[in-house]
Parts: sequence; structure tokens; C-alpha cells
Amino acid sequence: MHQLYTWVFEPGFFASAQVQVAATIGGVVAVVSTVVGVFTVMRGQSFAGHALGDVSTAGGSGALLIGLSPLAGFVGLGVIGAGVMEMIGVRRLRGRDLATGIVLGAAIGLSALFLYLDTTAGASTGATQQILFGSIFTIASGTVPIVVILSLVPLVSIAVICRPLLLATVSTDMAAARGVPLRLAGLLYMLALAVSVGLSSLAIGAILSTALLIGPAAAALRLTRRVGRAVAVACVIGVGATWLGVLLAYDSYYWGPGHQGLPVSFFIVAVVFAAYLLSGLPDARTAARHRRPVTPMTTSPADDRVAA
Amino acid sequence: MDEAQALGAAPEILRVDGVSVSLSGRQILDSVSFTVGAGQFTGLIGPNGAGKTTLLRVILGLQRPTGGRVAVLGRPRSRRNQSIGYVPQKVLLDPDMPMRARDLVALGTDGHRFGIRLRSHDRSQAVRDMLHAVDADRFADARVGNLSGGEQQRVLIAHALVSRPQLLLLDEPLAGLDIRSGQEIISLLGRIAREHKVAVLLSAHEINPLLPVMDSVVYLAAGRAASGTTGQVIRAEVLSRLYGYHVDVLNVHGRVLVVAGPAAAADAALTAGPALTVGPALEAG
Repeated sequence: MHQLYTWVFEPGFFASAQVQVAATIGGVVAVVSTVVGVFTVMRGQSFAGHALGDVSTAGGSGALLIGLSPLAGFVGLGVIGAGVMEMIGVRRLRGRDLATGIVLGAAIGLSALFLYLDTTAGASTGATQQILFGSIFTIASGTVPIVVILSLVPLVSIAVICRPLLLATVSTDMAAARGVPLRLAGLLYMLALAVSVGLSSLAIGAILSTALLIGPAAAALRLTRRVGRAVAVACVIGVGATWLGVLLAYDSYYWGPGHQGLPVSFFIVAVVFAAYLLSGLPDARTAARHRRPVTPMTTSPADDRVAA
Repeated sequence: MDEAQALGAAPEILRVDGVSVSLSGRQILDSVSFTVGAGQFTGLIGPNGAGKTTLLRVILGLQRPTGGRVAVLGRPRSRRNQSIGYVPQKVLLDPDMPMRARDLVALGTDGHRFGIRLRSHDRSQAVRDMLHAVDADRFADARVGNLSGGEQQRVLIAHALVSRPQLLLLDEPLAGLDIRSGQEIISLLGRIAREHKVAVLLSAHEINPLLPVMDSVVYLAAGRAASGTTGQVIRAEVLSRLYGYHVDVLNVHGRVLVVAGPAAAADAALTAGPALTVGPALEAG
């Protein structure tokens, strides 16, 4: 029994200060990402979420360059980018997509420049890895209060606008006819999305932030018929995946002979991906039960010709 | 159709007064006027592109008219006016959306409010009553996105009615429905108009399904409107004036057929106006 325990939780896991900080920040970030993510998936704005990840990359790498904390860059530039996207693509779905694409392109270009300068001119040689793929084990414990305070911005925004946002997701016409302030709801939602992406950039990396935003939410939407429950299920999957990822990364240090720990972000994203695959099982089973026998296809002369 | 039931007998709910709309230089509505009385069922009939959706959007306050005015219950329409229920055209309900029919109706009570919803027994009861009124109890707990077109239409009607408005606007609710579901929706709306004292204004490009329940008709063609009972409006001289060319109105076993005259068909080839390109039969029964 004890052997099994130490096999699951390698020595020093709970005592490690890095693990405690990582679990706290990871848990908070996972809650924020998945709550916002449920609305992102329902509104079909995963692309905007991904683009904001790229904007965060530019922000984080730029902040390193001028000696600021990456978190300030992640969130700061993300919020600006979200505002620009909302301004360009006002309400029109096609316009929104184009605006997202244009901002995304500009952000990646800036990231290329900033990361190059970070690693050559600056002193931060690990910048690329840190910005793109996260560094949850190296976060200073002093960052925890900032993360908690920042996490309130998206949570409160979503709590305030959840009903108008839902109605607008069903139909913007219905929402507008009810007097919903669509611009305000859209702006608050983009603010929530930008801050949440910025926070998960810190935890699992700017590029991977989309995985935590979309994966748990998409899995939860398959499993329940109610928005409230979808949010709860998404939170459980998101937080569970993050903590499990932290544990696996910690343990991975003891796996190989070389004592080389593997990146946390990989494990978190792998667990999220597995949860998404598993969430499809109930549906697939029902589909299999209801599947009718397939009538044999008759071959037409045309098919024969193609085969010949 | 009770032809004797004249307009104006019921108290006025909606007054549309000389409403004109031009969008980027094109005249969509040209001085449209009519009224709708309490509990009346009014059909807003016209071919595609006649301006039906624009007119409904003006009444809702979503489109500013270039001229004229709209009054709902004697007051100018404001955005926060809760006395209008609305079922827009072609609402696409995503099958992946985690929302039961019941939840969508509940959003009709408080979807415009900020903050998180608290449990309320009164609201749940109102939602149940409304689902029952549109005969949707059976699929109240199903995902809305998985329902059939006719079932979704019932849920959307319940959503629009649950806040107890006095006027219900529906934009082409029969589009995409099979004939049977369409008839069921129409008789349901006729019943709701009578029993709940809700005035119904429903747009359609086809008049015949509405004939059994309509109290009055607003006929829209080329941005102009004629209103009254079907007997007053659906006549060759009235509709010819609207369209701007000669049309015939045929009565076939109690159904109405509006057909462009032979001369109009020749005109069509020359002018190719939007109303004419659909062919000589503008409405088929």
C-alpha cells in the first residue's frame, strides 16, 4: 500500500513549495479558463481565444524585453488586442473572423521579433520555452495574490453578463429585441477572455492556453444539457487535468535514469485531450445502439469504370 | 374568416404611421401605415424582398425609420419596451448548445437581466405554464438544438410569450416547416391570440395557410402597404396598385391565388423588378 502511494506521489510532492504554488495558480487559472471557455465554445469564438493566445505571446515576450514581468505583458497586450478585435469586427460574424485573423497575424510577427531579441540581445535564454509553453514550477510565490485578484475580473464579468450573453448566443436578434446591450456584453466578454488567456499563458504557456480554454468546455458540453452544469463539469475537468498534470510532471523526474523532469504543460494538455476523447464515449455508445443495418451498396457501371 | 369583424373594434395595440425606410439610397418601405388591435391576428403578407423583415425591425426599435413613427400601446417604441414578444426569422439552434427547451423559455423571462439567476418558484411555474400552452411539455427537457423545426418554433413562441407581452411579432415562422407543422403552428397562434388576448403580427410570403385565423391583413409589395380585412385587401385593383402593374386575384376552393397579368409578364422582361423576377405566379395556393 505504501509502495503504491509513493509510486503515485513521489517523495516530497506535498512538501514542495514549487508544487504548492503550481497547484494553487494552476487551479485558479483552470477555473477561470473553463468558465470563460464554456461561453467561448458556445459562441463559436475558439478562434478568437487562440488569437488572444498569440497576442499574449507578443505581450509576454515584449514585457521580458523591457524588464517587466511576463504576466503584465500577457494580460496587458491581451486586453488591448481584445479591444481592437471587438472594434474592428463589430457584430458581423465574417468581420469578426477577419478581425481575429488580422490581429493574430500581427501578434505572431511581433512575437517573432521579441523572442529573437529576448534570446539574443537579452539575458533570458529560456524565454521562448517560458513564454510559449509556460513555466508553472518556476513561478514566484509572490505572484499568487496577483493571479487571484486578476482572476476575479473574468469571473465577475461572466457572472454579470451570463444571461444576456446566453440570449445573444441563441440569437442576437432576440437579444436585441429584449433590449440587451449587445456592445457592452460583447466587450465585457472579450475582456474576460483576454484576462483568462493571459492567466493561462502564465500557467501553461501562451500557445497552449487555447487547450485549457476549449478542451474542458468542449468535453463538458457533450456531457450535460444545462449551461450551469456544463460550467461545473468543465471546472472539474480543467482543475483535475491541471493538478494531474502537475503530479505527473513532478513524478516524471523519477522516471528516467537521467532525472530529467518533463514539461508540465505537456501533461496538462494530454489529460485534457484524454478527457475530451472520453466525453465522446456516451454519445458513441448511443449511436452504436441506434445504428440501423447498412443496406449493401449496389455497384454502378460507373464505379467499375473507375476501378478499371 | 369572419369578414364582418372590422378593424378598430378592439383597443389599439400597435400604430404604424407613415413609416419609410431607405437603406443606402434604396427605398425599402414607402410610407407604410396600419394599426393592430388587441388580441387581433394580423398577417403581414408579401413576396420576398417586399420589406417585411425591415418593417418588423422598425416596430421592434432595431431599425430607425427615415420617416414616420411607430407607437406601441400609445407610446413611442423604446428599446426596453417589454410589451413586444419576438420570434425572428431562421433562428439556428446549435445541437451542441447545452440548453433545454425549458431553459430557453426561462431566458424569455430574464435573459436581458444582469447577474446570476436565483431560483424562483414563480418563474419555474410561468415557464411550465407557457410550455404547456404551446403543447411543448413532451420535449421540455430535451436539448433545443435536437428538436424538429416545428418543435423549435413552439419553444421560440413560448420564449417570446412567457413575459406576457401584448403584441407578438413573428418573422416568417412557417419558412422551412412542412405543411402539417405549419398548420399546427398557425392554429396554435390563433388559439393564443384568442385565449391570451395577445395581438399577433406574423409575416409570410404565402397567405393561404393564414386565412382560417387572420382577422386582418397587411399586404406589402414594392415597399408599399395596403391593410384591412382580406376581403378589402386581396382584390385585383388594390394589389395591382401596390405592385404597380396588373395582377389578378383568383379564388380557388376558398384559397387565394395572386397572379401577374399577361401584360405584367411582358413588363417583367423589360423592367426586371425584384417582385417580378419570381415569375408570373406570385403566390401559389
